[in-house]
Amino acid sequence: MAKLLIRGGHLIDPANGRDGRFDLLLERGKIADVQPAIPANGARVLDAANQLVVPGFVDLHTHLRQPGREDKETIESGCLAALRGGFTAVCAMPNTTPPTDHRGAVDFIHREAQRLGLAAVHPIGAITKDRQGKELTDFGELFGAGCIALSDDGHPVADAWLMRRALEYAKVFGRPLIQHAEEPRLAAGGVVHEGLVSTTLGLRGIPSEAESVLVSRDIALAELTGGWIHFAHLSCAQSVELIRQAKRRGARVTCEVTPHHLALTHEAVEAFNADAKVNPPLRTEPDRQALLEGLQDGTIDCIATDHAPHTEWEKAADFDSAPFGTSGLETALAVCVETLVAPGRLSWSRLIEKLSAAPAKLAGLAAGTLSVGAEANVTFIDPSARWTVDPQRFASKGKHSPFAGCTLTGAVVRTLYRGVG
Amino acid sequence: MGATLTTSRAAQTARWTRKDLLDLRTLSAGEIRLILQTAESFREVSLRPIKKVPALRGRTVVNLFFEPSTRTRTSFELAAKRLSADIVNITTQQSSLSKGETVLDTVRNLEALKVDILVIRHAAAGVPHLVAKHAAASVINAGDGAHEHPTQALLDLFTIQEKKGRIEGLRVSIIGDIAHSRVARSNIWGLTKLGAQVTVCGPPTLLPPQIEQLGVRVTHQLDEAIRGSDVLMLLRIQHERQEAMLIPSLREYRLTYGLDQDRMSRAKPDVLIMHPGPVNRGVELDSSVADGPFSVILDQVTNGLAVRMAALYLVAGAQGKPEDAGMFPADA
Repeated sequence: MAKLLIRGGHLIDPANGRDGRFDLLLERGKIADVQPAIPANGARVLDAANQLVVPGFVDLHTHLRQPGREDKETIESGCLAALRGGFTAVCAMPNTTPPTDHRGAVDFIHREAQRLGLAAVHPIGAITKDRQGKELTDFGELFGAGCIALSDDGHPVADAWLMRRALEYAKVFGRPLIQHAEEPRLAAGGVVHEGLVSTTLGLRGIPSEAESVLVSRDIALAELTGGWIHFAHLSCAQSVELIRQAKRRGARVTCEVTPHHLALTHEAVEAFNADAKVNPPLRTEPDRQALLEGLQDGTIDCIATDHAPHTEWEKAADFDSAPFGTSGLETALAVCVETLVAPGRLSWSRLIEKLSAAPAKLAGLAAGTLSVGAEANVTFIDPSARWTVDPQRFASKGKHSPFAGCTLTGAVVRTLYRGVG
Repeated sequence: MGATLTTSRAAQTARWTRKDLLDLRTLSAGEIRLILQTAESFREVSLRPIKKVPALRGRTVVNLFFEPSTRTRTSFELAAKRLSADIVNITTQQSSLSKGETVLDTVRNLEALKVDILVIRHAAAGVPHLVAKHAAASVINAGDGAHEHPTQALLDLFTIQEKKGRIEGLRVSIIGDIAHSRVARSNIWGLTKLGAQVTVCGPPTLLPPQIEQLGVRVTHQLDEAIRGSDVLMLLRIQHERQEAMLIPSLREYRLTYGLDQDRMSRAKPDVLIMHPGPVNRGVELDSSVADGPFSVILDQVTNGLAVRMAALYLVAGAQGKPEDAGMFPADA
């Protein structure tokens, strides 16, 4: 493959401490050189003036729906959505049909992703067989096949005894268990945050404690066992504080937050807007502020989209019947720019870290950097571009978003995966 | 009849411009008064030997009930018939999604049949709003989940106004399962907008969080809710609440929250006892109280007809079709 010189851009590479004017030379799908100025020497030149040149993002929490619900998303459409959003790697949650709870399912995802060659897809295996919360999967087989973590996401591992055993056994492999922290009895039947909005609309609420009770329990189990617990999609202030304290004590606890929980509150479901129906539910303004603070002070390790696409007809049902989840890959960056960078909560450099180097580290991937020798996964951002979210134009099959109609700042203008794009 | 209507129309403080009647929360006090005044004009129709006016002649109303109902459906059906509308009843207990058909599919099919007004009841909150957003026809909410039941609250307001001569300044206690009650929510909005002081009373398990932020007082003591109240509005307690551990038993509920003769002795001498029906005799309301001199439960049913005629009439008028001119009821 010919050489490609990316010239004149503002390069942000938090893993290498770079944040300034750098040229980037790509060769054979790898990063060949990074210098303040690189002569073309016959390389094709890509002008990146007025753009940010950053590592391809890594999404730790993506629902690709294939196999089983190819009408909602496929590995192909999900990868295309990822690229649109600046992501060159996605970690695929195992709640497919059949679930990713055995080697054949992991191999299928790898084969399909390699055949497509659009973006890196890293499977996450299930913690329990058929995600039933009863029997552990064969962890060694799943990690051996290439799973980067295990999770029953969509469901919690509710049984404390089983979770203890899972955390202990996973220590053999040095990889985290990702917990969807939701105490099932406290959350049962709920569709929105339990508070003034649920009261006004007459909808069944899910209290914040449904999450924090399980966060608290699993921190205790992580401390008991020395196992590594990672909490998916934090939503409330109590969880942030519990994790902050646990980290101070040295517990092996990490966590993520979604762009929509950083940007929105339960008031987004006003007028029964099912596009804002997500699990965990959008919570209150004090919760949102706590999430922002947690991200700023490092309590929250990274941003993950929880991209959860559904068909339009499913999301167009009444609020109770509509499925939880939002299409998140293609709006993630702009929502984060509006919510974090524009108000001065995070610098550009720290935002990029939370979207690339930080999740890559959690996933154990040599990704999320622009180091010489690394894969040429590069995202180009126009930081001042203003655009209006139109879900009909998403590459994802999940053509729904709580941000539909919002005008946001910051656009991904190009994404290179292994030097191509 | 014509003269009365002209007078009441002149006194109207608001104009009705809404295609739909979905909730009381988003209505102004003026719009609520307008419905009550319009209902006042229609009440007389049901007292005639020939109980019919031509106001909605040629219009089609569909009662689309996804949840069983006898009273509300019958009330809407008679209201439509007394306005000379054509009415079709569709009752389905089957969740449409279980048939692979969405609520919107059902509605689009009805719209293809050119109906004018959809009266919708559904076990899920927000269904009438969803339909209203997508349908050209007018939508009247006949009860959606635990959200709102606007015509029930309107008939309650109408009954209070009729018996007490006013609503402003009255003390009204709503007693029972507030958390799961669409009647309670609509009444809270309607009563507070018209200036009543509202207290809600029930065990904490049956009160939704932050209900006080809707402008009501909260008590868990029945006697406190009774004392000094001009109106006691009892809600039906559902057997399912016991299974969900929200109350230990119906017997326990009766002992702690049931309104009987003994507790009635602490009420104001001119108190009104109201209930949206059907009454669980011997649970939330003792038979002697339900059938006693303070009960206006059957007046509520009668007034429901006039209020629903008003609701149908007003939303039809807001559809803005040219033939609307001069469609106000004249003597038949």
